[in-house]
Amino acid sequence: MIDEDFVSLLLKGREYLSVLHQEDCLTLQSDPAHIIDLCTHLRDEQTFDLLADLTAIDQGEDASTRFIVVVHLYSLIHKSYLRIHVNCLDNLNPEVPSLSGVFPAANWHERETFDMFGISFTEHPNLKRILMWDEYPYYPLRKEFPLAGIEVPLPAADVSEVTGANVDPAPMMGGPFVSSSNGRLSEAEPRGKDESWTEDTEKLL
Amino acid sequence: MYSNEVGYNSKIEGEVIVTRADAVVNWIRKHSVWPMPMGLACCAIELMASAASRYDISRFGMEVMRFSPRQSDCMIVAGTVTYKMAEVVRRIYDQMGDPKWVVAMGACASTGGMYRSYAVMQGVDNVVPVDVYVSGCPPRPEALLDAMMKLQDKIGNEPAVKNLSKEPVTSVAS
Repeated sequence: MIDEDFVSLLLKGREYLSVLHQEDCLTLQSDPAHIIDLCTHLRDEQTFDLLADLTAIDQGEDASTRFIVVVHLYSLIHKSYLRIHVNCLDNLNPEVPSLSGVFPAANWHERETFDMFGISFTEHPNLKRILMWDEYPYYPLRKEFPLAGIEVPLPAADVSEVTGANVDPAPMMGGPFVSSSNGRLSEAEPRGKDESWTEDTEKLL
Repeated sequence: MYSNEVGYNSKIEGEVIVTRADAVVNWIRKHSVWPMPMGLACCAIELMASAASRYDISRFGMEVMRFSPRQSDCMIVAGTVTYKMAEVVRRIYDQMGDPKWVVAMGACASTGGMYRSYAVMQGVDNVVPVDVYVSGCPPRPEALLDAMMKLQDKIGNEPAVKNLSKEPVTSVAS
């Protein structure tokens, strides 16, 4: 049962841990140094033995803590989720200990988070890109990265030479398609935002 | 009237058929297209459906889907071509023997479709020459069959030796 007793017992003796108030499930904030201990405890003692998700949030370049690694655990006994926010201490070279030793499922999730956000997971057995190709120079889900992409060479130089193909920014005209989360259902259906700007013309503010 | 059809009426012509070499070669080619299913996303499901009994692509002589590019002569690019996969598509295309054709099946293979993003190539025609584009997301099997019939028409109307031997210099097959 996830109640106040559970939370206060969990917090007892763990000064690095605090509770964030979120609507949907219990959310803890931890520092990177203790995350492995915390997750091992939650897995072995508190039955949160299923890693449901591991990803990250980019708070923007100006934020004091730019990158937050978010871990979702699930307990089949409590039938409840638990969320852990891990603040990365360094904004330029974010580092978090790898959870792949505690939850093997974290292996690929951490590779994806590394691929998309550039967060290094120390002690990860195989930390390399999982979606983009190895030489790709950017981290696409960072806030400063444009959705259209940035021009870089194609991963295979010989194919690029023969075909003249390149990794070009995608045209943004008539898109991207979004749906608003509030308002009447008939008006909330996905539609293209009028972004009549492309990789060549600046967006009008 | 110009026609590529091989006409033969034994009562009139006896034991002899007179025609053009192009017509014979193309007639053979277009009725035995061996597709290479380059299934990259959900369009591949419709591609499978068009091969199954309800739509039955074998009515047009192209049911022999080969998963080896060495044995096929028409690549059906069915799905989203990411930049990471574009290299593979090109190499497989180069491994196919001449003559060869490419069908871009669906919005993603034709133009990038809904994926206006950093990861997706905006149309497979950036890396391989496309003969027929099929619209739809995904296209109905009928649309693919129509495209394959259009490809047959195209094969039937082109010079038979046109794309026989390309210079291997431009090839990146390996």
